[in-house]
Amino acid sequence: MLRVILLIGALAVSPVAHAAGGGGEKLPNEHWSFEGPFGTYDRGALQRGYQIYSQVCSACHSMKYLSYRNLSALGYSPDEVKAIASQYTIIDGPDDEGEMFERPGKPSDRFKAPYANDNAAKYVNNGALPPDLSLITKARPNGANYVYGLLTGYEDHAPEGEELATGQYWNKYMDGHKIAMAPPLADEVVAYEDGSATTLDQYARDVTQFLTWAAEPEMEVRKRTGIKVLLFLSIFAFIMWRVKKKIWKNVKY
Amino acid sequence: MAGGTREKLDNPVMEWVDSRLPIFTMMQKEYGVFPTPKNFNYFWNFGAIAMVMLVTMIITGITLAMHYVPHADMAFDSVERIMRDVNHGWLLRYLHANGASFFFIAVYIHMFRGMYYGSYKQPRELLWILGVVIFLLMMATAFMGYVLPWGQMSFWGATVITNLFSAIPLVGDSIVTLLWGGFSVDNPTLTRFFALHYLMPFVIFAVVFLHVWALHITGSNNPLGVDAKGKQDTLPFHPYYTMKDAFGILVFLIIYLGYAFFAPNDLGHPDNYIPANPLVTPSHIVPEWYFLPFYAILRAITFDVDLVLVAVGMVALGVAFIATPYKYLESILKMMEKSFLNFLGFSAKNIKTLKGVGLITLGLAILLNYFLNDFNFTIIPAKLGGVLAMFGSIAMLFALPFIDKHPVRSSRFRPYYKAAFLIFVANAFVLGICGGKPAEGFWVPLSQLTTAYYYAFFIVVLPILNKKEPVLELPSSINEAVLAKNKDKK
Ligand code: HEC
Ligand code: HEM
Repeated sequence: MLRVILLIGALAVSPVAHAAGGGGEKLPNEHWSFEGPFGTYDRGALQRGYQIYSQVCSACHSMKYLSYRNLSALGYSPDEVKAIASQYTIIDGPDDEGEMFERPGKPSDRFKAPYANDNAAKYVNNGALPPDLSLITKARPNGANYVYGLLTGYEDHAPEGEELATGQYWNKYMDGHKIAMAPPLADEVVAYEDGSATTLDQYARDVTQFLTWAAEPEMEVRKRTGIKVLLFLSIFAFIMWRVKKKIWKNVKY
Repeated sequence: MAGGTREKLDNPVMEWVDSRLPIFTMMQKEYGVFPTPKNFNYFWNFGAIAMVMLVTMIITGITLAMHYVPHADMAFDSVERIMRDVNHGWLLRYLHANGASFFFIAVYIHMFRGMYYGSYKQPRELLWILGVVIFLLMMATAFMGYVLPWGQMSFWGATVITNLFSAIPLVGDSIVTLLWGGFSVDNPTLTRFFALHYLMPFVIFAVVFLHVWALHITGSNNPLGVDAKGKQDTLPFHPYYTMKDAFGILVFLIIYLGYAFFAPNDLGHPDNYIPANPLVTPSHIVPEWYFLPFYAILRAITFDVDLVLVAVGMVALGVAFIATPYKYLESILKMMEKSFLNFLGFSAKNIKTLKGVGLITLGLAILLNYFLNDFNFTIIPAKLGGVLAMFGSIAMLFALPFIDKHPVRSSRFRPYYKAAFLIFVANAFVLGICGGKPAEGFWVPLSQLTTAYYYAFFIVVLPILNKKEPVLELPSSINEAVLAKNKDKK
């Protein structure tokens, strides 16, 4: 029996060898609260991370798969969510006269995008397109550590012999090292209300936690359900094993 | 399946149905009392497991299809909607995506079991061939399913694989246009793939039915590979194997669901969370893991087969022909002796020398012509060669029952075959690793070497073993072997 389990296990893991980290540099290996079968998100970090996104990253990056109502998962009350949504001006319509009009945001609205379309985004950013961040941690190998690494992995100068074009920066972890995003974070750029450290490292960790939640909002329910399902199946399997043993007791095989 | 004699059932409703359509009688015969060898090991669970996976895929697939939108502009968004807004949508999708992987794991183990214990041999050839048909259909289904979320790997995987068909001479380009429904992978490709992806699992279901039917005609093989000879060798399927299968299925489900709940994206590729973009090619296009060995074979053919290469082959074959002792070639030579090709009436022995010398002479002549006049032309371009090698590798599986003529089934009594087969399995893993790496540096010769062994196993090793491997004495019955084993233990 053990042989069979080992075989399945070996089959399941071995053939998948995906290239890690685009830049060739080994990614940092941070500890995250959401790792492991019992992992959960840290609500404080999520709220701070949303603050970083909305005050910094949202200037260039959309998150089109999220609605303001989803923020209730970060621990905000319905009124707080309404207040957050109403800070944004949304273009709606057409109204009865066929005109588009502006109105304050509602919880059911999607996160407001910074640019009208990709071309506008590229035009402003030296021809580079800032990707939508809703799925970014799932869209990169070892996503959380990659985003954290990217945000903290800028070098002041390109190494000897490497040329940077205007608007390019040197990053240890970016594929090809040259990135068209200026370092978005630095110490002290955002004021926290809960007394957490206002350092680059803390900002990067918080926004990474937020982006991981955005990509996998179902993670906590998924793991909780998984524990119950596996517990049930294990007990059931144990019973079936005893049943099988009992039925086969008098058979010589 | 004809009416036949039938025991009356006690329950009047069941009896009413059964006397008109003897479905309960059939179930009782095929799954109740069905005599099954008593010495199965746990490898015999994987057929039932594959069945469970097929049903899981169909149920989760149909529910996904209720929410999925097959349109190039909306497919990716609709999958995200399933993940975020549909009740338990994330569960359905992760069960379906990981289910495909675990379906393949179950089927690969099932196939390796068949090869190890010689289950494809007489009288189960057709049963095996139906299995390979299922495998082919599964590959087509999974390939088209992977296109549906319309991520970067969906799009570029589809582009690379459909493009292969253009290598076919004359009709290739028309086939590709037909597959695409246009001049590139685009919305018409997605909609036809969706339609076919919905259809194929039901075709698979039908072939599975034939496969099980064939099984119930011949009965199961077993780890000893000797036929069951009577009651002392078998057990009724129920409760012995229903309960054992239930246990095995549960253990398999624990591993499968462990992935689906705790590492749902580990078997997938991150690039598929980037929406398809025809203008940006991923740096490294790879198919799903279960295709990697075949992908490696496809990419191993990096060279054109031209006249010079064929000439070198002719010389090598000629030398091999002359050097091989007569007895190994006897059957082929006898055939040649009789065939119309041999209108001069040489004997088999003479043909051996003549053919060898003829091949060498012709080969050398072509080579000479090449060195003097630079005369050469391409016969099979590399791309076509790769496609042929890939499909050929599956053709080998179809041909297996007719290649392996050794009378002993189980590897337990075939030490040489056992060694060759275990190397074949390890070789398949190495092929898989090669398929996942960029086709450069030392991975290219390694894929070529492993591809060569894949083919050599079927074309060279098995025919040699047919003659060379001694026929060991087999236990006279399953029961006897069991009693002997139990005595050894004490
Ligand atoms: C001034 C505009 C701007 C701001 C502000 C900004 N980014 Fe970016 N970001 C970009 C651009 C432009 C790119 C594309 C870079 C490229 O392709 O070279 C990018 C790319 C990225 C990438 C993808 C890198 C890859 O692997 O392709 C990530 C992740 C990212 N940004 C995260 C963030 C986060 C987190 C923040 C907020 C802390 C942020 N960005 C703030 C402009 C911005
Ligand atoms: C032999 C059985 C099947 C196999 C091997 C298979 C395989 C796959 C694979 C590999 C994917 C891509 C998974 C992903 O990345 O999301 C997929 C997606 C999909 N399949 Fe299947 N499938 C099977 C049966 C079915 C059936 C019966 C249906 C419904 C009729 C179905 C409907 C879908 C849909 C709608 C998607 C797209 C949604 C998604 O991406 O999750 N499948 N399938």
